[in-house]
Amino acid sequence: MELKIVVLAKQVPDTRNVGPDAMTPEGTVNRSALPAIFNPEDLNALEQALRLKDEFLGTTVHVLTMGPGRAAEVIREAMYRGADGGYLLTDRAFAGADTLATSYALATAIKHVCPQVDLIIGGRQAIDGDTAQVGPQVAEKLGLNQVTYTEEILSVKDGKITVVRHIDGGVETVESALPLVLTVNGSAAPCRPRNVKRVMKFKRALAPLELPQGQTYEDLPYADQYGKKQYLRIQQLTTADVNADLQQCGLAGSPTKVKAVENIVFKAKESKVLTGSDEDINGLVQELLASHTIG
Amino acid sequence: MANYYSDIPEIKFELENSPLMQRIVELKERDFADKDQYDEAPQDVADAMDSYDKVLDVVGDIVGNIVAPNAEAVDAEGPHCENGRVRYAEKTYENLDAMNKAGLNGMTMPRRYGGLNLPVTVYTAANEIVSAGDAGFENIWSLQDCIETLYCFGNEEQRQKYIPRVCKGETMSMDLTEPDAGSDLQSVMLKATYDEENQCWRLNGSKRFITNGDSDIHLVLARSEAGTRDGRGLSMFIYDKRDGGVDVRRIENKLGIHGSPTCELVYKNAKCELCGDRKLGLIKYVMSLMNGARLGIAAQSVGLSQAAYNEAIAYARDRRQFGKAIIEFPAVAEMISNIKARLDAGRALLYQTARYVDIYKALEDIARDRKLEPEERQELKKYSRLADAFTPLAKGMNSEYANQNGYDCIQVHGGSGFMLEYACQRIYRDARITSIYEGTTQLQTVAAIRYVTTGLYSQVIEEMEQQAVLPEYEGYLTRLKAMAQKFNACIAQVKEAQDNDLHDLCARHLYEMAGDIIMSHLLMQNAVKCPDLFAKSLQVYVNLAEAEVEKHSTWVSQMTVAQLDSYRQA
Repeated sequence: MELKIVVLAKQVPDTRNVGPDAMTPEGTVNRSALPAIFNPEDLNALEQALRLKDEFLGTTVHVLTMGPGRAAEVIREAMYRGADGGYLLTDRAFAGADTLATSYALATAIKHVCPQVDLIIGGRQAIDGDTAQVGPQVAEKLGLNQVTYTEEILSVKDGKITVVRHIDGGVETVESALPLVLTVNGSAAPCRPRNVKRVMKFKRALAPLELPQGQTYEDLPYADQYGKKQYLRIQQLTTADVNADLQQCGLAGSPTKVKAVENIVFKAKESKVLTGSDEDINGLVQELLASHTIG
Repeated sequence: MANYYSDIPEIKFELENSPLMQRIVELKERDFADKDQYDEAPQDVADAMDSYDKVLDVVGDIVGNIVAPNAEAVDAEGPHCENGRVRYAEKTYENLDAMNKAGLNGMTMPRRYGGLNLPVTVYTAANEIVSAGDAGFENIWSLQDCIETLYCFGNEEQRQKYIPRVCKGETMSMDLTEPDAGSDLQSVMLKATYDEENQCWRLNGSKRFITNGDSDIHLVLARSEAGTRDGRGLSMFIYDKRDGGVDVRRIENKLGIHGSPTCELVYKNAKCELCGDRKLGLIKYVMSLMNGARLGIAAQSVGLSQAAYNEAIAYARDRRQFGKAIIEFPAVAEMISNIKARLDAGRALLYQTARYVDIYKALEDIARDRKLEPEERQELKKYSRLADAFTPLAKGMNSEYANQNGYDCIQVHGGSGFMLEYACQRIYRDARITSIYEGTTQLQTVAAIRYVTTGLYSQVIEEMEQQAVLPEYEGYLTRLKAMAQKFNACIAQVKEAQDNDLHDLCARHLYEMAGDIIMSHLLMQNAVKCPDLFAKSLQVYVNLAEAEVEKHSTWVSQMTVAQLDSYRQA
């Protein structure tokens, strides 16, 4: 069985190693002060894809990422670990996308590059946004089943996949027909390390946007290699390449509007100790209903 | 996200700052003959150097994020012996799995067998890095180096059978030691007999202290010539675990390197293959095997010294007494400075040795395919001699330094260092074996002493004195020249006495003097190129080395034949 797998990956600022300059005075993330990394749960997703590639000969794994030129680093990193290749979805029109516009862009790109896709696997959520919305929205836009919080893929056979997923207080095993969108939890198996032969093979792979201003592959050192080895040219896709509706892309396609960003400092006086008695719980529910926090 | 390579710029410096490196790459890559055949092969020297850097970055990443964090658990659990087989500590499998998936096996083997075709120098760096994370795990992983001996002396059929398996992650062991044959391998008694009926060799007997003794592929030293009693009756054999016949009787309970199973093996009519020619097992093949292993232990020792330095400095910055961090106290800072100086000096010697090994091994390999040009033969001879002279120096000096550094690291920790919860006690225990196995320091001295008396080290030192230094280092150069004079005077005195016992008694002192002076020069050359990294260590090391040379010089110069009786303890 040969599976066609697309892994959704995002380059994110490393919010786990936050220094003093991590936030701008305006309260937004200071991307230049944080190293850009492969979103951690997307690495867990990549591992699940690569395990299927190990198991089923002929299976292909391609990474799809949306971002500026430097986001191609995520694609190279995935190739070092075993992915066959990837696509950098990049266009000024994609900029400012919220999760809805991002999902639209990714779903549109998948239809274009891999119409016969069997599995789309992504991390549960990205550490810069923490929404966990993109995976499920891609599934909706493509009209596919989805399994979130994946811990492990148990088996794939006869067009069906069996997956263990994380739920509150335990796990459950579910089955679905392919094709399918999976989002993978950080507690799933960690991604395998970079393979050094693949590092040496793919180290020069570049997307066109990464080339120095005004240069082509022919101007680079080892130019002949880019002619002989197509895998060194990371494919780049624009809105036009995937026939995207500009109204649904980027800022234009994003209903989310950030009104203001405030620093919240919790003070001790705002806290309240609840004992867990029926009375306390009832009181809390009433209070939350009254403030429209729930209901 | 610790990276045990990129966090330590001294390693990258050692790789990139030798004029020999270009030659090594050219020889190892045979004028880049693989570049159109293998996607991962380099196009030119710069491309190769870039690949080495990237490979080591992967090693440093795995060690920083998997091997080092697992070290404590592996040390606590250790391996198990079950039904004649070894089961490693649980986390050892995790380490091995990561190394295998990263493809870090068969590192120096040619690409046609699935290897990475990396120079010994790069493999040495990887070795050092793994050891800094967990010296016990380094033992298991670095036994892949045994494949060099099979590659050099096995036939083509054996190469094709075994090398690809090692490149895919199968482990190796070298089965040499027996209960009555430790340092004296001539006494090996494991019996090898030819089975006429099945047209194969059979092994019967036992071996002891075999590191990773339940490996997949063993190189075994055994007595093939019935009735002989010395080294000329020994041959080398390959035992494939898939054939069966060798069981693990027990695993030793050791002071350190707990992750590495040290086994007693029983051979019951085990099928094996002869490697190379009969009777050359000890005198040719094991000597080659041991030289590789000694360089490996030198690298393991440097890794341990790096670990000792890391632990000592982290603790001294953190620990406060009398209202300030203890690193502020000169008595503590001196210990840490000395650790760092011995580390930097020992590392310089390690890589210089590795480069010498690289050149002669690459030329030897070329000689398997074509006749060498006269100048190439000269080059081979020169570097093979230098490698032989430097290997026992690098192994002996670095292993003693690792012990001293481990000791000082505990001392920096004070009472906490004596408790088992800090890593320093593991480093101290792990370091202890390095000056014992693959030849004790006393045996390294035996191997090196001929290069003292023939004047090879003196000649090397003299050439080093001619190299350009910064004007501000002229003072060091003067001191180093004075040290060399003392060294040469001691050699002359010992030779003049014409007494074997006096010669043997002074050997260790002369050996250390050679090491101290050569390392000072190497460190000075490093500091000339990169004062930011090495200027402090140079100052500290020359102070140490000068005092050591003075000590040995005083000791040797007052030694007379008349005193020898006081040193006899029969």
